[in-house]
Amino acid sequence: MATSQRSKKTAPAETASPEAVETGTAATGRPEDHVLATEAPVQPVLGLTGWLRWTWRQVTSMRTALLLLLLLAAAAIPGSLFPQRTADPNGVTTYFQQNPTSAPIMDKFQLFDVYSSSWFSAIYILLFISLIGCVVPRIGVHAKALRQPPAATPSNLQRMPAYAQIKAGAAARSSVLVNAHKLLKGDGYRVVSDGKSVAAERGYWRETGNLIFHIALVGVLISVGVGGAYSYSGQRVLVEGDTFVNNLAGYDSFNPGIAFNENQLTAFSATLDKFEVAYDLTNPTNIGTPLDFKATVSILERGQTQASKQVIRVNEPVEVPGSKVYLTGNGYAPVITIRDGEGNVAFSGPVVYLPQDSNMTSLGVIKVPDAKPSQFGILSFFYPTAGTLKTGALASVYPDPANPVVTMNIYKGNLGLDSGIPSNVFSLAVHGLDQLTGGKTGVKSIQLKPGQSAKLPQGLGSVSFDELRRYASLDIDYNPGQGFVLFFALLALLGLVMSLVIPRRRVWVKLSSTGYEIAALARGDDPMLNRVVGELSKALDPQTGNAKKTSTKSESPEKA
Amino acid sequence: MQQVHLNEALSKLSVLGIYASMLLYAAAFVVLAIHLSRSASDNATVSKSANRLETIGTWITVAALAAHGLGVLGRAIAASRVPWANMYEFSITGTFVVVLIFLVSQYFRKEIRFIGTFVTGFVVLILGIATNVYYVEVKTLMPALNNYWLLIHVTVAILATAFFNIAAALSITYLFKTAKWQTEPKGRIAETKWFKTLQRILERFPEESRLERTSYRFNIIGFILWSFTLIAGAIWAERAWHRYWGWDTKEVWTFIIWTIYAGYLHANATRGWNGKRSAWLVVVGFSAIVFNFTIVNLYFKGLHVYSGL
Repeated sequence: MATSQRSKKTAPAETASPEAVETGTAATGRPEDHVLATEAPVQPVLGLTGWLRWTWRQVTSMRTALLLLLLLAAAAIPGSLFPQRTADPNGVTTYFQQNPTSAPIMDKFQLFDVYSSSWFSAIYILLFISLIGCVVPRIGVHAKALRQPPAATPSNLQRMPAYAQIKAGAAARSSVLVNAHKLLKGDGYRVVSDGKSVAAERGYWRETGNLIFHIALVGVLISVGVGGAYSYSGQRVLVEGDTFVNNLAGYDSFNPGIAFNENQLTAFSATLDKFEVAYDLTNPTNIGTPLDFKATVSILERGQTQASKQVIRVNEPVEVPGSKVYLTGNGYAPVITIRDGEGNVAFSGPVVYLPQDSNMTSLGVIKVPDAKPSQFGILSFFYPTAGTLKTGALASVYPDPANPVVTMNIYKGNLGLDSGIPSNVFSLAVHGLDQLTGGKTGVKSIQLKPGQSAKLPQGLGSVSFDELRRYASLDIDYNPGQGFVLFFALLALLGLVMSLVIPRRRVWVKLSSTGYEIAALARGDDPMLNRVVGELSKALDPQTGNAKKTSTKSESPEKA
Repeated sequence: MQQVHLNEALSKLSVLGIYASMLLYAAAFVVLAIHLSRSASDNATVSKSANRLETIGTWITVAALAAHGLGVLGRAIAASRVPWANMYEFSITGTFVVVLIFLVSQYFRKEIRFIGTFVTGFVVLILGIATNVYYVEVKTLMPALNNYWLLIHVTVAILATAFFNIAAALSITYLFKTAKWQTEPKGRIAETKWFKTLQRILERFPEESRLERTSYRFNIIGFILWSFTLIAGAIWAERAWHRYWGWDTKEVWTFIIWTIYAGYLHANATRGWNGKRSAWLVVVGFSAIVFNFTIVNLYFKGLHVYSGL
């Protein structure tokens, strides 16, 4: 990436001559397109095609790529400052509540969807156009270079960044070129001789790697895009004993890609048999820290008669046909039964409580719209191991259920569920409701242990805590592109390593009147340049080995 | 799931190792700083004797690294796992790797010694923050972190950071050497004693092109390692968080850093952008890394939460 030429027509290495070295263009190994870019605008008449060509050169120039990269980095920052809808939808809701005036304006600028925003997309699409426009011509140039012999030996080798002059007699001079040819060929150089000199070049893989890197990035982008279109991600909270069936109705929430088709959902069902948590029991300061979450599920696929038992852990998803099932969360689901004032069962089943702290103090909401004579709602806390604070309030002191207790506050009144406006099942809008227990009412909150039941105030009925279960939050995900993304990402990495560590280098050996000269020139950074010349001179003259280096400029002067 | 034994006594002992290394690094810093000012002396015998100081400073650094290594090892044994699962551990292990790479690089390029004051000073600073602000008792791993990818992903991230760190020190030196206020001082500043000393110190440093090149070489290794960190992180995220990329705040900053350094590599091949501007990009890139590790970890909401810290 850094070390190659983003030059459209001229690749300096292909045209390098001593003159070019002197002017610094080829010697610095720097691209020429920026020169074109700065010169072009002063041309008097450009015409339409001229302008198009000029624009295209601007877009595909290295400078543009650089600016777009820096712009992309800057544009990504707001996405880490403000909550994003994809990563943190609740954060966005909260932000809107806390900043009711500024949030809608920010939303207009897509600051809550930065990475799919038009401005962020514009930058990376332009970047990729620039990349393609730069890389495609280079493929042709490189393919040509691969077929051509190394460029002829320049007339003045002394100007090269690494140079040595060796005195030698006629006998040595007669064999030096043949030996140099053989040595360089053995070192993997491409070599040509013209009778008076040997010209050699190596490191074509550097440019090949660079091209692979850039093309692979295009592959990553396409895989991300296409894969994302056909992907889906669904969430489902599953209580022990419950079964999930893989269709749209089976999900609590579902985020499909734009090309998602319902037929992609393969038929399978998953029953959560058991959810277990292993806690640290041995280390005094660490007791109660979870060590492992383990969900045992029975998965039944289409055509099977026998379900297979599988274990899902964090970091260990289970594969089902067409998707993977991940474990993303867990909590408690006390089974509650409520009878209304007329003695009818108005609610019965496990209630998903949301954990509030590391000791699993959990908050649950029950709405009983069908109760007679009056609707009511319940705000409830669950303490897996209840302990009493000095203030008399309950708190959970340990996350495992050693002393499970449920407390309930009853709110009587219209729950507003009949208005047709969807409401959050995990929250109770208490405004306008009549609180009957807990808080300032003076009536104690209802407290229940498993198996206990209690009467509700004002003849609303009764409530019982039948048993305690756990639940697991599962994520069912499918992304057909991710294998390709990985492949192209690794290919890019390979290309990157090749383009940064393989030296591209030219070496010349030339006869002179008193002996011979050795010189080397690198394209890009090459820490070995002087050593190459030194070692070659030693190898060519093993007896004396007294190569007199007239020039050992610190190192290659250029760094492309 | 097996119960893990945490050895808190050993953990406390390992902190002593870290404190001992901080003292030694501070001593090395002082010796190397004296060396710098002495080597800049006009007096030939004084500047010659300064070379001894450099050797002494380097050996103190080696001793500090040994104490530092014991501290890291003690922490690892105390926790029965790799010592980089929270910010304290990442800091002590990361700085250990920085010093290790710095000392090993000297074997290949002796001239790199001159950034010894930068490295020891920086390490004392980070270790001071780690022991005072980031310190947490040994804890077991949260299940999401308990995976072999912790070994791969974080090891490579630490290595990348270390290479970027050394490159940043080189680029900052480069910027000092090429700064206009330094090369073409205006007014009275040029006459002051401290300015003359600074100039002489800077003269002793390797020449600009060499600084630029060495920084470049550290940066390309850092960039390759950072690319691998990013890919390894995505592979792990797919298993732990059910998607390979989700623009989590830490993922965002990893991407930003990658893009800045990609820009730096392009800058090196763009006329008008090499030299000072690309050196500034190194400073910006490394600042982003420091920001990612401090502000993003502590104040930004995201999935990369560390137990306590």
